[in-house]
Amino acid sequence: MSSVPVPASRLPTQTAISAEIATLHQDPRCAGAAQQRPRLDFAPYRSSLTRHPTKDLHHVDPETIERAAPCFGHWDVDPLEADLTIGHAGEPIGERIIVTGRVLDGHGRPVQGQLVEVWQANAGGRYVHQGDQHPAPLDPNFTGAGRTLTDDAGWYRFTTIKPGPYPWRNHNNAWRPAHVHFSLFGTDFTQRLVTQMYFPGDPLLALDPIYQSITDPEARGRLVATYDHDVTTHEWATGYRWDVVLSGGTSTPLEQEDDQ
Amino acid sequence: MRLAPTPGQTVGPFFHYGLPYDGDRNLVPPGSTGSIALHGVVLDGAGVAVPDALIEVWQARPDGTVSREAGSIRRDGWAFTGFGRTSTGRDGRYVFSTLEPGPTEPARPAFWAITVFARGLLDGLFTRAYIPGPDIDIDPFLASLPHERRATMLAQPGDRGYRFDIRLQGQDETVFLRFDGSERRRP
Ligand SMILES: [Fe+3]
Repeated sequence: MSSVPVPASRLPTQTAISAEIATLHQDPRCAGAAQQRPRLDFAPYRSSLTRHPTKDLHHVDPETIERAAPCFGHWDVDPLEADLTIGHAGEPIGERIIVTGRVLDGHGRPVQGQLVEVWQANAGGRYVHQGDQHPAPLDPNFTGAGRTLTDDAGWYRFTTIKPGPYPWRNHNNAWRPAHVHFSLFGTDFTQRLVTQMYFPGDPLLALDPIYQSITDPEARGRLVATYDHDVTTHEWATGYRWDVVLSGGTSTPLEQEDDQ
Repeated sequence: MRLAPTPGQTVGPFFHYGLPYDGDRNLVPPGSTGSIALHGVVLDGAGVAVPDALIEVWQARPDGTVSREAGSIRRDGWAFTGFGRTSTGRDGRYVFSTLEPGPTEPARPAFWAITVFARGLLDGLFTRAYIPGPDIDIDPFLASLPHERRATMLAQPGDRGYRFDIRLQGQDETVFLRFDGSERRRP
């Protein structure tokens, strides 16, 4: 959110922003491995202009500390924190959903006992945050923050409310597609990931400069959850499946053989 | 088998009720024996303070060993977990109360591993805040950097600990790191 509001008439139009996105998607510099990650200098997302590094990220071999990750335990996380619909006087408003999936490393191995944190807007697209000026109602029964630990097979599972899309001031009539923010740890600190999960079929995805900053369609598609009727529960909640793959991961002796 | 990684996305402006928690920035209680401050300011390419950044540290103990203790979220005041998190204030400043990390590998200078997330930053960034000392000049990684770039990774000793400013962009932009692919070269 920009601290100095700009009159809507002076903001770029969605058409202009979409044209900028299309141009960048055709930029040959977007080809190759870099397209698996968002482009840090992605001008259609205006806030990135002064906040992206201009020099190449410096390749380095991780040292001991970076090949380990912080430990989180059952002392740190109450199991009730995985249910964002409880803890208030009443039921939150909106579509109750279950979001579940596995956290894996680049070798397909489950990330066990690691911390997964989520935060999101309520069903009306409003965050419980001082900076959120969207004139949609707060829900007294919904805060929108949760935590859990992955199990031995790498599974996480949250019960929550489907978040609403919300407007922002990037350009005129800018709307973020509905999303849940995710924060994840792996077995190595180098795998630390903060990202966003989106919902299938959302027409706002095509218009969103943050989502579109990942120039490879397959790579950005990995941020979209799948509706899963086996996760949906009878007369209670619809279900979404979203797996997360953290980059790399320390090689085990077994894995080294595989890699050679 | 190699699986394609899930891309990152900006932490956005509204993480403050999702990620910070009580005691997040205090790896040890401030003022306790051996405690020091690791602090600094986060600046954008215009030299303007970034008031909505999230900074994390992950570090070794003073003897260079890596903590395997849980308890970074519910701190008991005794366990040293090696992990801390804080968000910058209105003035772009951050501060951790912690211990000075020791080197984890022989003849390698000690550092804090640091991640930076912010609104406007489409993916998280990694860097290191090195503790200046004789090993700085013989470290092969630091030696591979141009001198003026290397300086952006050195924490500055002061009265209460170390200062480490993070510049996201510009002339004295901090060196940010990528690790991808490096796991294959592990001995
Ligand atoms: Fe958001």
